[in-house]
Order: sequence, then C-alpha cells, then structure tokens
Amino acid sequence: MLRALFKFNGGVKPQTHKLDSVRESIGQIPLPAELVIPLHQSIGGTPRPLVKAGEKVFKGQMIGAADGNVSAAVHASTSGTVKAVEMRTMAHSSGLGTLCVVIEPDGEEAWIETRPVAWRSLPAGEVRDILRDAGIVGLGGAVFPSHLKVQGSRSTKFKTLIINGAECEPFITCDDMQMRERPAGVLRGAAILRDLLQAEEVLIGIEDNKPEAIASMRAAVANLGDTARDIQIVPIPTRYPAGGAKQLIRVLTGIEVPHGRRSTDYGVQCFNSGTAYAIHEALEFGRPLISRIVTVAGNVEAPRNYEILFGTPMRHAIAPTRAKPDSDRVIMGGPMMGFAMPNPDVPVIKATNCILVGSPALFPPPEPEMPCIRCGECAKACPADLQPFELYWFSRAKQFGKAQEYALFDCIECGCCAYVCPSHIPLVDYYRFAKSEIWDREREKAAADAARERYEFRLAREEREKQEKAAKLAAKAAETRAKLAAEAAATAAEDDPKKALIAAALARAQAQKAEIQPDNIEQLTPAQQAEVAEIEARRAQIREIAHTPPENKP
Amino acid sequence: MISAILVMALGAIVLGAALGYASIRFKVEGDPLVEKIDAVLPQTQCGQCGFPGCKPYATAIAKGEADINQCPPGGEEGIRKLAELLGREVKPLSEEHGVEKPKSAAVIDENLCIGCTLCIQACPVDAIVGAAKQMHTVVERLCTGCELCLPPCPVNCIAMVPIAESVDTWKWRYPVFRMMPKEGKAA
Repeated sequence: MLRALFKFNGGVKPQTHKLDSVRESIGQIPLPAELVIPLHQSIGGTPRPLVKAGEKVFKGQMIGAADGNVSAAVHASTSGTVKAVEMRTMAHSSGLGTLCVVIEPDGEEAWIETRPVAWRSLPAGEVRDILRDAGIVGLGGAVFPSHLKVQGSRSTKFKTLIINGAECEPFITCDDMQMRERPAGVLRGAAILRDLLQAEEVLIGIEDNKPEAIASMRAAVANLGDTARDIQIVPIPTRYPAGGAKQLIRVLTGIEVPHGRRSTDYGVQCFNSGTAYAIHEALEFGRPLISRIVTVAGNVEAPRNYEILFGTPMRHAIAPTRAKPDSDRVIMGGPMMGFAMPNPDVPVIKATNCILVGSPALFPPPEPEMPCIRCGECAKACPADLQPFELYWFSRAKQFGKAQEYALFDCIECGCCAYVCPSHIPLVDYYRFAKSEIWDREREKAAADAARERYEFRLAREEREKQEKAAKLAAKAAETRAKLAAEAAATAAEDDPKKALIAAALARAQAQKAEIQPDNIEQLTPAQQAEVAEIEARRAQIREIAHTPPENKP
Repeated sequence: MISAILVMALGAIVLGAALGYASIRFKVEGDPLVEKIDAVLPQTQCGQCGFPGCKPYATAIAKGEADINQCPPGGEEGIRKLAELLGREVKPLSEEHGVEKPKSAAVIDENLCIGCTLCIQACPVDAIVGAAKQMHTVVERLCTGCELCLPPCPVNCIAMVPIAESVDTWKWRYPVFRMMPKEGKAA
C-alpha cells in the first residue's frame, strides 16, 4: 500500500558509512573479566543499589531499584559475584565517576527465574511497573524510561504508533541488523505497544537505504498474519536526521509538533525499534534489559554489530574488531551526535548504540573557527526550524534568556548546522554549553527558593517560639500570682480559727462566769432572810454614819 | 464656553474616578521591587553584605541605601542580574564584603563535635540536625554554604568543603576559540 509521505525542512546527507558493519551477522563477545554496571543509566533518578560486595548475583537479577517513577531499574548482565559497589568512570563526556556495581562473572550465565508476564490481563499501571522494573528505556540514545511513554495524554486518544527504525546517523547499523535478523521480536513488541496504547495503526519507518531490513520486516508482517494486519512498514527517504522523533512523525503523518507540545497531544507516540524488541523480551519472556546490539565501527579492521552485555568495557568490545594503530579516541554514538569518551575502559550502557573508534585521518581535527558571516546556511539545514545563528549569538554572549526565547530547548543537537557551517563554528558545543548553564541556573534558583522558604519558616518558627515562650511566661506569672493570693487567703483562713478559738474561749469564760452565781442566797429560810435583812440594815446604818460629817456626830 | 468647561470638568471627574478605582482595585501589597531583588539574591542569609539576611539587603538596595556589589555568594553573575534588573552599571564585587568562593557545604567532623547545639542555633535554614550532647550533622542537600555555623563552634569542628561536580551537575565548558590548532594532534 502506498502512503503519502511528507517532508521535514532542512537536514543534510552525510556519507553513511553503513555498509562495512552489516557484512556479518550480529556477533557475540566473550565475557570480560569484570562488568562495571553504572546504576544511573537512564533519564531521571539514580536507582538505589540492592546488592553489596561479596554477594552472588544471577543473570537478570535486579541490582538497582528504580528511584521514584521517573527512573528505571538496573540488572546484573551475567551471573557472578559482586566485587564492589563503588565510583567508576562513567560513559559520559565529563569523565566523572558514578556509582557502579562491579561484577566478576562466574561464566555460568545462570539466569534468575524468568516467567512470561500475562500483561493482557493486568491493569495498565501494573504493566508500567513491570516495564520500569525490567529496566526498559528508549534505546535510540535518549534513554528515557519507556514505561512513562506507555500512557496516553488525557485529552487525546492514540491514533498512530510509530516504530522508529530510521537509523539516520552515519556508521550506526544496530537497528538495521536487529530488524534483519530478529524482525519477529520487533514486530511482536510493536504489537504489544499497539495494544497497550490502543493505537489504531502502527507505522514502522525505515530509511530506504536499508532494503534488507525492509524486506525482512515485510516478510515477518506477512508471517504474523492477522495480528499484524494494522502494522505497516514504511520506507522513508534517506536524509539525516529522519530518525529524530519529531522529524519522523512529520515524515510519516504530516503532523508538525509545535513548540511546547508533545506528540501525544496529537495522538502519536514514537518508540525505537530496539525498545520494541526489549519490551517484547520483557513481557513475553520476563527477561529484563541486560544487553543491546551495539555497532562497533570507525577506524577498525572488521566493523560489526555485537550483542553486548551492559557493563562490558568498551575496550573489550572493540578488541575483536581490531582497532587500527592510529586510533586515538572512542566516541559513543555516531559522528554527528556522539560524545567522545574519557577513556576506552568506560562500560557499555543502555545509551550505547555505537562505539565509534576515531583517528585523525577518519575525523580530522576541526578547522579553526572563523567569525559567523551570517550566510544563513545553518537555518536552511536546521530540521527543527530554528535559527541556529541567533542561538549561537545568544549562547556565545551568555544571553541565556534570549536563547530560550528562540526555543533553544527545541534543538535536538543533531549537528546539521555545524555540519554546513562554512566558518566551522562548533555550534552544537555552544548550544550544549547554553543548555547546561540554563539547567544549572534552574537548579540554583530552585535551591535559593527552597533556602528562602526554609529561612522564612525558621523566622516564623522563632517568632512563634518567642510568642509561645512569652505566653508560657505570662501563664507562669499568673500562676505564681494566683498562688500568692491563695497563700494570703490561706494565712487569713489560718488566723481566723485562732481568733475564733479565742472568741470561743472568751464566750465560754463569760458563760461560765455568768453561770457561777452565789448559790447561798437562794432558798433561804425566813429566819435567815430576816437575819440577812438585819445585817443589810446594819450595813446601811454604818454606811450612813460613815457618810455623815463628824460635827453632826453625837 | 460653559459647555467647554463642563465637558472638561466631566472628563476630569470620569478620569479621576477611573484612576481612583484602579488604585484601589490594583493595589500592590508591599514593595514589588524588593521581592524582585530578593528573587535574584542567592538566599544564603549569610549577612556578608552587612545586612541581617537577603531580604533586608534587598530592601536596602531598593531604598538606595546599599550598593549592588555587596553579595559575595551571588558573585559576578548576581551583580550582573541586579544591574540588569535595576538598570545600573555592572561593577566588580566590593572587596570589603568578601570574595567569591566555589560553592561549598559545611561538614561537621563527627569525632570532634561535642554536641553543644550552638551551630544548630546559628544555621539560618535549619540544615543541621542534632540535640544537646548528641553528635550533630549537616544535611548537605539543604546547606547553603553561608558559613554562619563556623564562628559559634567552640571546638572548630566544622569545615567548608567545596561541592564536587557530579554527572548530573556537570556543565559543558564554554567553547574556546582555537586560533592556532596544534599540528598533527587531534582536538
């Protein structure tokens, strides 16, 4: 069936250099003496280590658990003994160390128990957790955790699932070889993704410079019959970077995803073909992601694709291809977007789609950078429809706000602009510099905001504590006062009984006094009364005499 | 003549009412300039500027009582941002207020700490954990590197350790001009 294809603006057509590494089938590499498996292999949080030095691990055993939802688990690539969990140089341009699990293989390749997942009968959330714990990430190079992509946007229903087999970057042939040799697995993975997303159609985009892969995939679609009815293999014109997600979506569906939007808003989701294969392995066989197909090419005698266990040192992977003596560097990825490695001993990780051996003859040193002559070639070549020269000026002048206004973060770092620049300006270096500066500033801003919040909370807390202390003191003072008053009242009450006692005693004494009457003048006989009266009369006579003046005395 | 005066008077009343309404409706609480300046400052609350915190320094800048080059943790970048915000000239960091240092975090030597809690009281962002007569430790993620915990420590067990770059915080270097490439050597 013929499909109308669309075109993206810009792009370049560099030498593909793909033919040398597809002559032989996907090879195997003998086990290295030790595997160095970095825990941080995907976008998002660094997984928590689950093993300690000295522990025995099985092939496929989880050694790093996903840290939060934006993260993916990491597994032992082979059975053996954990030698150490320590900092080792990461496969990263910085040459910095990161926490790695170092495994000494025992050579037995003993798998941990695996069983197929009945994903059709599980709720979507559980399937996502299984994918996260199987360590499935985007194998196109961005290593974004895939389980986060297996869910729709709230507003739009999925229409199209795109499987990205374009593989546009020179030298890299790992997806090509996988689609040639293992088309059924890729297709089954695509079918699983289609059912998980409930997409109406599946488009597998493959650049037309890979006729063998297209033929093999078409044969596999025919073999699968009814299950693959809505899966279409679509050859697309070869033009770098047709394998960019937004570019591929544009070519296959005509949808141009605007700035600040996602393809899911338009009912389109895109997965790399290798990721589809890994999802098939994880759900149909229960095997986590422990290896990938890597193209070893460049300045080597026998370039070839190998299935390489994660953690294998790059030097060990290059050995069977026989690097030429003038080789001077190792690049992870292709010549357009790849990163120079700090040394050849860094491990193969989930993002390693290609190990490119460089030499001064193959990749001559960059010509001296000349001033920008404003020719506009870069703008013509930019597949993201940006203005690379403006971004360059702003990045160079460190006007990062302006660079963001010109949509710096829509830049996919494909390198087309630098490829066509007649002044040999390393434009992408400037964009990477500007992006990392902006991220750093955002981190600093977030840290400053957090510090301000904590400081203000502390001030508020100190104020509250002060008030609480004042309130406590006031309460205590009131309590003391109340106590004093009570004591005063108590002493008053203590005085009263004494007074009462005294009063009572007085009263009693008075009563007693009153009670004590001379009892000899009552109940007297008349004779006695007469006698008393006589005595009283005599006393009165004597008193009268005593009061009478002496001259009146007879 | 009368109608002209009336029209002008009517216009004045209408505009006056509109302005009066707007001043109530869109009343701005606080000084937005202080907030803007405060947002640029690094929030270490270190007091090296001579003010007791970032907010007071921001207030002083807004009032014109302090210059924009008194914040060593903010460094050149911070001065540039302040100059941009306030429309002033960029000037070098004032030496009397200190020098720009690499980002550091305080680390307590746990063998020496006597558990006096003095540093806990000094930390403006509550980044030190501990209790009386218990060992203290700094939560590195929260430490702003203000150095305010250093002077109160009676046993000098706190040191400022520069924060090392990690894969997550690593930055691409500024692409350097190579005017004369070395012969025969790859870049």
